[in-house]
Amino acid sequence: MGRFEGRKVLVTGGARGQGRNHALRFAREGADVAVIDSVAGEIETVPYPIAEPEDLDRTVELIEAEGRSALAEVADVRSAEQMDGAVARIAERFGRIDVLVVNAGICTFGPIESMDRDLWQTMIDVNLTGAFNSVRPVVPLMLEHGFGRIVATSSMAGRAGWENIGHYAASKWGLIGMVKSLALEVADRGVTANVICPSSVNTPMMHNDSSYRLFRPDLENPTMEDALPAFQSVNVLPVPYAETDDISDAVLFLASEEARYITGATLSPSTGVNARNV
Amino acid sequence: MASFEGRTALITGAGRGQGRSHALRFAERGADLILCDIDSDLDTVPYGLSRRSDLDETVELAEAAGARVMARVADVRDTAALDGLVADGIDSFGKIDIAVANAGIAGISTVAEMSDEAWGNMIDINLSGVFKTLRAVTPHMAGRGYGRMIATSSIVARQGSPNIGHYVAAKWGVLGLVKSLALEMAENGVTVNAVCPTSVDTAMIQNEAFRDLFLPDRDEYTLEDVERAYTELNPIPIPWVQPEDISDAVLFLASDEARFITGEAVPVALGWNARTAA
Ligand SMILES: NC(=O)c1ccc[n+]([C@@H]2O[C@H](COP(=O)([O-])OP(=O)(O)OC[C@H]3O[C@@H](n4cnc5c(N)ncnc54)[C@H](O)[C@@H]3O)[C@@H](O)[C@H]2O)c1
Ligand SMILES: NC(=O)c1ccc[n+]([C@@H]2O[C@H](COP(=O)([O-])OP(=O)(O)OC[C@H]3O[C@@H](n4cnc5c(N)ncnc54)[C@H](O)[C@@H]3O)[C@@H](O)[C@H]2O)c1
Repeated sequence: MGRFEGRKVLVTGGARGQGRNHALRFAREGADVAVIDSVAGEIETVPYPIAEPEDLDRTVELIEAEGRSALAEVADVRSAEQMDGAVARIAERFGRIDVLVVNAGICTFGPIESMDRDLWQTMIDVNLTGAFNSVRPVVPLMLEHGFGRIVATSSMAGRAGWENIGHYAASKWGLIGMVKSLALEVADRGVTANVICPSSVNTPMMHNDSSYRLFRPDLENPTMEDALPAFQSVNVLPVPYAETDDISDAVLFLASEEARYITGATLSPSTGVNARNV
Repeated sequence: MASFEGRTALITGAGRGQGRSHALRFAERGADLILCDIDSDLDTVPYGLSRRSDLDETVELAEAAGARVMARVADVRDTAALDGLVADGIDSFGKIDIAVANAGIAGISTVAEMSDEAWGNMIDINLSGVFKTLRAVTPHMAGRGYGRMIATSSIVARQGSPNIGHYVAAKWGVLGLVKSLALEMAENGVTVNAVCPTSVDTAMIQNEAFRDLFLPDRDEYTLEDVERAYTELNPIPIPWVQPEDISDAVLFLASDEARFITGEAVPVALGWNARTAA
């Protein structure tokens, strides 16, 4: 029997990548799963394609193939209005939301000294305000039921500085500050809130030309083969990246009964990058 | 839930409390056990430590759960005793997959009034004892290319705390040791992590000296007063967690689901850590 039998789970950014995998893993362990994604194909300032509508359809198919109910809502996490509406419709159908995975995010690149204002702003809007917009309508529902598990995806860049992604680092540090504060606010009412901090993960966010260029600034058109050793050099365990299943393992642990007394914590399935950190 | 069928786990301080709980939980999931504890008290520790009979009881319970068990009295300050335990354990079971450095003591004193002996015993057991335990299994695990090491630190290793400065210093030291060893072992298939509990319902805190520390202005107090005082420390408003709650985190870190987590400190701390940086 799965650990999440009968639970209702909501995953943002669930059309593909880590979000899709979290959704499937929860479904496999007995949960009904709703996913929210903007599936806009592209988003200003982001140099790689984000998810398409077909990706979201595919996630729904895969959840249903696990024998569980799936719900999908198209919403941009930057829009409080869209998120409030999407969450309300999901809550209406599911009756409640037990687990929220705050996962939607983008990654762009540039040094602070010459960063375009809109590169900064879009990052903060999606990764930080988007996380707030995701949490805000869900927390009251959880408090009403006296139960909730929130897991938000930060990054090892949320625990340290990192050249050329200062805006991403700021958004991911900010996310940890929000989640720790939220954890304190709801600790006496049955809701936990935690953060996972991956290093590189095998998803489209990592596998694209601009990310290869971040890791190999010395080459004009680096390929994946060029970039892999550089990815690996950031990590401590001798692997270039974690698989989405490794991140899901940590997310599901934090959402499980076994972690009921863990809140306001960061957990780093980061292949050991955190060994160099606090 | 993870299975530890065919695995062998070494656990120090297994006579009672958290160490016993870890032993039984590993036993229930199929592991064989190598256990040790001390069989005497210390002048600087204001409560009694385990006796041989406590360890015998753990062995009985673990065997009833289906484990093969090798257990002996061994002091974690004694390098020869630990190296002997590890060697004999490998002789008996062929290998050691998991090592849990759990043995520890507590004491009470301001730094100003602390004796060399109180400081020395604390560092010798809670820090050097962890070092000697982990060092004893390091060549074996590195040689086999597999290992899971877990040390018990404390949530006070994320902050300062009056009256237990030696304990806090030792537990911060454990995190430094764990992170450094994680880096050294990264290429060898060995992960090294820590758990950081808040108060746990064991003999370490359920004794007169610690109750007096928490209620210094009271000549008489009830168990309820004690529970209230401990509850004030924790955002999730309960006074302490049970040893089994710590075992949940230890078993997660020992499982395949945590294969890409190393150098990490997992706080099972009722949200205490929401007020600290890590
Ligand atoms: N891949 C990595 O190396 C890595 C490392 C550390 C942290 N992360 C974080 O993990 C999370 C998941 O990323 P991923 O690796 O799966 O990448 P991904 O690009 O495959 O997935 C991100 C998802 O978020 C959606 N999304 C983006 N902007 C959105 C918006 N404004 N509104 C709604 N949905 C939106 C995308 O459509 C996509 O489905 C992100 O928060 C990311 O920052 C990723
Ligand atoms: N109880 C708490 O509130 C709490 C909180 C945070 C961390 N911890 C840590 O958890 C670990 C387990 O403690 P517990 O709560 O189960 O308390 P406990 O006193 O019940 O167990 C500690 C065990 O370690 C053994 N031990 C002590 N010195 C030893 C030595 N030199 N060699 C071998 N064994 C020795 C004791 O005999 C005892 O069986 C300790 O490291 C402790 O510091 C406890």
